Amino acid sequence: MKKYEVDVAVIGGGSAGLAAAIIVKKAELNVLIIERDKELGGITLQCIHNGFGLHEFKEELTGPEYVQRFINQAKELNIPYKLDTMVFEFTPEKKIYAVNKKEGLIEIKAKAIILAMGCREKTRGAINIPGFRPAGIYTAGQAQRFVNIEGYLPGRTYVILGSGDIGMIMARRLTWEGCQVKAVVEIQPYVSGLLRNEVQCLEDYGIPLITSYTVTKIHGKDRVKGVTISKVDRNFDRVIGSDKFIECDTLLLSVGLIPENELTREAGAEISQMGGPVIDNNLETTIEGVFACGNVLQVHDLVDLVTAEAKRAGLNAIEYLKERYNQKIERKEQIKCIAGENVNYVKPDIINKSDLSKDLIFTFRVKRPDRRILIQFKDDKNRIVFKRKRRYVIPSEMIELKLNSSEQQIDPECKSLEVEVVPRPEVLIEED
Amino acid sequence: MSVKTNGNEQEFPEGYKDIRCIVCPTGCLVHVENLNGELIIEGHSCKRGEEYAKEEFIAPKRILTTTIRIENGFLPLIPVRSDKPIPKDKLEETLKEIAHKQIEAPIKMGDILIENVLGLDINIIASRDLIEKQ
Repeated sequence: MKKYEVDVAVIGGGSAGLAAAIIVKKAELNVLIIERDKELGGITLQCIHNGFGLHEFKEELTGPEYVQRFINQAKELNIPYKLDTMVFEFTPEKKIYAVNKKEGLIEIKAKAIILAMGCREKTRGAINIPGFRPAGIYTAGQAQRFVNIEGYLPGRTYVILGSGDIGMIMARRLTWEGCQVKAVVEIQPYVSGLLRNEVQCLEDYGIPLITSYTVTKIHGKDRVKGVTISKVDRNFDRVIGSDKFIECDTLLLSVGLIPENELTREAGAEISQMGGPVIDNNLETTIEGVFACGNVLQVHDLVDLVTAEAKRAGLNAIEYLKERYNQKIERKEQIKCIAGENVNYVKPDIINKSDLSKDLIFTFRVKRPDRRILIQFKDDKNRIVFKRKRRYVIPSEMIELKLNSSEQQIDPECKSLEVEVVPRPEVLIEED
Repeated sequence: MSVKTNGNEQEFPEGYKDIRCIVCPTGCLVHVENLNGELIIEGHSCKRGEEYAKEEFIAPKRILTTTIRIENGFLPLIPVRSDKPIPKDKLEETLKEIAHKQIEAPIKMGDILIENVLGLDINIIASRDLIEKQ
């Protein structure tokens, strides 16, 4: 078995892995990217629409253009990478086991690992739609890969379940390719993706968005012949008598994404209830020296935020190697972060009390849309240690908040911190 | 908010349009109407929304992103985009024009693959590098 030794191994060569590896390499450490696909770039490569890069480059780019800039930079810096290489295990001792066609089984011993494996789509199995198993059922991202990278059309007439951004963007893409999208069906009473996509991908092409409905049956035995959609009530139970049949030959599912947790879980890292691994304010998992960033940590709606997070993971890995590696420093006392009122999850899961003098970056999503709200951080004694007004919150936009060390008043004695999104107490007339 | 713009310097399209503003998630419904050569814009709540609605009424444009077939490429398709926004009513024609093209690798990001498409003074450029089939 061929063996390698590196300072930092990055698992995944997409937008997150590339940005993290570039930061590490610039600090003149040995880094290696391990990628399972036949080229670097990850999922951003198949997102050929524009709208990327406004934060990172201050200009609007397509997905491939965005990630190409990072690939070019990685190549200029001579960052070593392995393609067609599948990691199947890593250990708490930071040994990575992987396979590829050229070398067979390989072992990579790293001092620190950055997890950047991304996420995958929920499938039909996750949402339990009755019916046979005919051809013509795809996840939206899978269809996106077929249409944008491999050059196939999965069908001619479509129903798309789920109004997430990928689903709506695929509705426009397929229309542009000469297909007919009969409807986008959404179980929630509101669109789950961005308004921009609802207007520019659906309304522009007269594609109906049917909210508070879901697919309750798939028709067809060999090939999809159509779907039954039904209205749902507030508990998402089917309303009897509301069934409608829509003829189509393909059903696309855009019903959510889940971080790729398998490697992380098997290594023994704690996984949080909502998605990715449990991390502290340094993006470090519960295994020392193993950091996580990008969609493997939490599903992002904007690649620019993935890049920012990956850079932080890279910097934290560098700091780990310089200050803590092989020091056997026990993690000091920690503060737990809890998702409170109208908050779906919050990252980080824990804050090290020893890091309270640093700036803290929080990311979270709300459960339901709301306007004119207050974001509050409350400790276990119900003291509000930080608050910020916001004009609106929607589940499809991840919120990133930086708490400057000077702004927050987190009590080092507290045990937990609850993040909540609540209505503003006062009625405000002026615009903010 | 409600504003009137005099059309002395430019000609506005006839009629009216209700436009859902995409500048921010508030999503104001903005009514834009040409009233005897004067442009009435109502329902927006910021300046950016006014600009957006005005442009959507006068000349809506979109960046076009699609793919072109590659004969000898590492991948069968290259993602492309228009280097400037294309008038909305020209999107379909442009897509058809692009669909007939076939291009050869290698390609570098930013390469002009179709120059001055349909005489619109807009180029179709490559969104990524693509090497030849190995």
